[in-house]
Amino acid sequence: MFATTPLLSLVIWTPILGGVWALFAGEEQKHTAKLLGLVVSLITCALCVPLYIGFNTSTHQMQFVEFAPWITTFNINYHLGIDGISLLLILLTAFTTVLAVLAGWEAIEYRISQYMAAFLILEGLMNGVFASLDSILFYVFWEAMLVPMFLIIGIWGGPHRVYATIKFFLFTFLGSVFLLVAILYLYFQAGSFEILALYDLPIGLTAQKLLFIAFLLAFAVKVPMWPVHTWLPDAHVEAPTGGSVILAAIMLKMGAYGFLRFSLPIVPDGSEAFDWLMISLSLIAIIYIGFVALVQHDMKKLIAYSSIAHMGFVTLGFFIVFRIIDNTGSTEGATRGMEGGLMQMISHGFISGALFLCVGVMYDRLHTREISDYGGVVNTMPHFAAFMMLFAMANAALPGTSGFVGEFLIILSSFEANVWFAVLAAMTLVLGAAYTLWMYKRVIFGDIASEGVAKLKDINFRETFVLGAVAVAVLLFGVWPAPLFEVMGPSIQHLLQHIAQSKVM
Amino acid sequence: MADYMRYVYLGVVLAPLLASIIAGLFGRSIGRAGAHWVTIIGVGIAFILSSVAFNYIVFDGGEVFNGAVYTWLVSGDTRLVIGFLIDRLSVTMMVVVSFVSWVIHIYTIGYMHDDPGYQRFFSYTALFTFFMLILVMANNFLQLLFGWEGVGLVSYLLIGFWFKRESANQASVKAFLANRIGDFGFVLGIAAIMTYFHTLDYAQVFQQAPLMANTTIELLRGTAWPLMTVICVLLFIGAMGKSAQVPLHVWLPDSMEGPTPISALIHAATMVTAGIFMVARMSPLYELSATALSLVLVVGAIGAFFIGVLGVVQHDIKRVIAYSTISQLGYMAAALGASAFSAGIFHLVTHAFFKALLFLAAGSIIIAMHHEQDMRKMGGLGKYMPITWITMVIGGLALSGVPGTAGFFSKDAIIDAVGHSNLPGAGFAHVALLVGVFVTALYTFRLIFLVFHGPERFGAEVRKHVHESQAVVIVPLIVLAIPSLMLGAILVGPMLYEGHFGHALLVLPQYDVLAQMGEDYHGPWALVLHGLIGLPFIFALLGFGVAWYCYIKRPDIPKRAAERAQIIYNVLVHKYGFDEFYESFFAGGARGVGNLFWRVGDVALIDGLAVNGSARAVGWFSSIVRTIQSGFLYHYAFAMIIGLLLLLAIFVHGIL
Repeated sequence: MFATTPLLSLVIWTPILGGVWALFAGEEQKHTAKLLGLVVSLITCALCVPLYIGFNTSTHQMQFVEFAPWITTFNINYHLGIDGISLLLILLTAFTTVLAVLAGWEAIEYRISQYMAAFLILEGLMNGVFASLDSILFYVFWEAMLVPMFLIIGIWGGPHRVYATIKFFLFTFLGSVFLLVAILYLYFQAGSFEILALYDLPIGLTAQKLLFIAFLLAFAVKVPMWPVHTWLPDAHVEAPTGGSVILAAIMLKMGAYGFLRFSLPIVPDGSEAFDWLMISLSLIAIIYIGFVALVQHDMKKLIAYSSIAHMGFVTLGFFIVFRIIDNTGSTEGATRGMEGGLMQMISHGFISGALFLCVGVMYDRLHTREISDYGGVVNTMPHFAAFMMLFAMANAALPGTSGFVGEFLIILSSFEANVWFAVLAAMTLVLGAAYTLWMYKRVIFGDIASEGVAKLKDINFRETFVLGAVAVAVLLFGVWPAPLFEVMGPSIQHLLQHIAQSKVM
Repeated sequence: MADYMRYVYLGVVLAPLLASIIAGLFGRSIGRAGAHWVTIIGVGIAFILSSVAFNYIVFDGGEVFNGAVYTWLVSGDTRLVIGFLIDRLSVTMMVVVSFVSWVIHIYTIGYMHDDPGYQRFFSYTALFTFFMLILVMANNFLQLLFGWEGVGLVSYLLIGFWFKRESANQASVKAFLANRIGDFGFVLGIAAIMTYFHTLDYAQVFQQAPLMANTTIELLRGTAWPLMTVICVLLFIGAMGKSAQVPLHVWLPDSMEGPTPISALIHAATMVTAGIFMVARMSPLYELSATALSLVLVVGAIGAFFIGVLGVVQHDIKRVIAYSTISQLGYMAAALGASAFSAGIFHLVTHAFFKALLFLAAGSIIIAMHHEQDMRKMGGLGKYMPITWITMVIGGLALSGVPGTAGFFSKDAIIDAVGHSNLPGAGFAHVALLVGVFVTALYTFRLIFLVFHGPERFGAEVRKHVHESQAVVIVPLIVLAIPSLMLGAILVGPMLYEGHFGHALLVLPQYDVLAQMGEDYHGPWALVLHGLIGLPFIFALLGFGVAWYCYIKRPDIPKRAAERAQIIYNVLVHKYGFDEFYESFFAGGARGVGNLFWRVGDVALIDGLAVNGSARAVGWFSSIVRTIQSGFLYHYAFAMIIGLLLLLAIFVHGIL
């Protein structure tokens, strides 16, 4: 039924064109710009419905494929297609963008149409990253994506936004250069920019190792992995709420997606050779960053650090697979680790997005993010407190919330790789609960701490809707994650079978 | 199997869940009465349906139900489900949990009467009942963990129910974190099971377990650890958190910050016994590891005696009972360690009734005293509150194990079972449990004497208002007092010796202490007669005597004793220093490490040195290079000549 409709192009170009339209709409019609932002993001959401319904969950093959020659001289094509991995991330992007648009509804007071345009264009570009099957096309979307985010933080950000934006841009751009080098090298080997063609390309071990490092430099910054993570807390602190939401929910997933789409399938032997490094960095992220989060006094910084720790689980889940396959001789345990990683990506999108929205709600009212400026918020904002309790618990991976699913599966499977990986990873049970609940206690509970808190108004309809939508997702996929696993299952299992085989010539 | 039973089981969990959602989300529109009605009905339905299930499984000999409700997720070939295992163990727990919960819901109407968070409270307690039922009805480890953490969540929410109090908020976070430390072990235990059994389903794990009895696991290179011991110890770490076993017990006394009804429901009768239930449920695993059994036995005995002693120096009425709870949980754990699983569960059941009774009676006193909990400001209340007094004495007798009461049958069985055990540590445990009886009677009657007898130590203002509590408070006391007296005699035969639990609990013949005891079993009345001349009762009488002498006859003695044995008294008042140690070492240490990583690692090294440092280096380098670009022609000409000379020199000498 949808076979002939270029749905992927639609989910990419609808928001981009909508964004361009918003730019031309100008600043006079503030309300129109907002409405345009909302309507276009909702339409994109609606376009995802046939994408999900039409998606065949029994195959790992790329679906909704679109192909058109682009630069024929170099055999670069406009080649789109999605598997279960990309589909989930596109759905997450479409969902989150609506929230980000709504988050800026009242808080953004100047250049509203540009603000909306930035988010819409960003959405299209991010969808492009997830749908590209041509590595140059991927790279174009990948780099283009930086620009709107750069502007979002740089224009609507906080007082130190210049330092934060430059840091953000340099970090990610520097990493990406190596990605381009790797893509070009592969082109000269394979004669093609087709990502799927690169999967079958035999590559020597040394070349694989070098390629892995090049990919790693690009993707590790985005995840971000320790020690290239320090741009993230700064970027989050300065970004407006919507920017933080997109940054945490989607942009951090780009790096992890890169590992799935490039590093693991194209250079499996290189990945295996460096899995000790990846596992170490992941465990450092989980524990080191957990401790760092404990002592933050800025709420956004705390959540930013918590994001890094949670993304550590994603990379851990991805890179323990080689050891599990070695230990058990099957991909069964590895499937849990990798699917857990992808689940963690999706869930972290909801939870960190929601927590940034919560901070945004408070920031809009009191214009401070310092934990010590709050206290007793529950007295004046009981509904808000209830929502934030749910998200805090989800952040602490309470069973019944989506945050539990991925971490649980990854802890289970890391035990199969090495008992001590599991022991170290499980420390998050204590650390995650400690920093999240300690913050919650200081901000929300207690007697009213200041006049500002005394005057707080509880969340309005718009905010209730935004937080409620995420709350539903967090609970639904916590209680019943099966639909997500059904979508990702064949793709992940195929990926695992692929990387279990050596590609060395 | 009767087909409709499936719906009965579903109804057991769904009724309280639905009630909780209604009371929680629509609390404002249904009002206070609406909230308590809907939750009381919801939990009441759960109780009735649990009774139906109990009747079906136990009396009608119905089939054990072991099936999935829905698929949680499928990953590869692994299917993780939400499902129920309804056997003789779970129906017993279901009835106890739903009944105690139901009684406490009714009591709460009176206790929380004037509280602004009335609806919220009922929503939480119904939600708790849901999670607790999920926990006991689970047929797999995943769902066990669901219920396990779910009850922990509600416990956290209810300890911090009065969120304006800093002490309550501290206590709630402390409880959650102490439980999380336990869960750290618990989750790793589950991971070990998944790794070696490739399933989380109880039945499959239990079936494969004997084949794994000799499997070892390499924790450190070149060392072989018995797998079963590793799994059982890890799981028991979870139980240590949830069931407040030493050294993770520290959260339970602080949990008394919560309203009294939940102290009775969650922190005495049900949630804290989850660890005991879990170990009993895992009996097919624990039986394969003598080491783990020994550990459970010794840890339990340590708690039973040493933490019980702390109850003697507490002044807060609820804290006395809290320490008593830790001590009684120690008794239960000791029973499990001795492989007397059914004795552990039996004590769990009787304890649920008499300890809930003690807490609710304490609550009745606290209402009368206008939320004063310090026993030093009470005294002589017996004549004002006769029913509270009598019911509390009944609870106290049961707790002390006076022959004939419910507590007698279960506690004596435990002491006897541990006496029969041959595991390492059983000798120590037996002595600790016996002396523990003395301690139990001492703090129990100290409490009763301080509160109900002796001179009145409160002001005239309080005296004017002191009166017996209202019916919704009193009736639950009476309802709980009856089983506290009678239940032991009724259950002792079936539960311990006549196979009430059927195949739900597994005991290997070489550990079967209850079978040995069963040879001498001649009915409950013979037990009572035997108990009257038994060692535990003598210890209990001693405890009673000391309490009477010190708190009625010579009330000056406790103070003098405290002064004489200052060191011991200080150790007890500081609760052996656990709290101080945890606060400074773990909490302080974690913050210290956090600050170190952040300020030195992130800010100074990564950002300061590497990131901004390289930015500065680039800046410095370009500032140097910039000076060369002077714009003067002769500078450039000079540079060109020097360069040319250099190149010539290189070529001439053939360096390249």
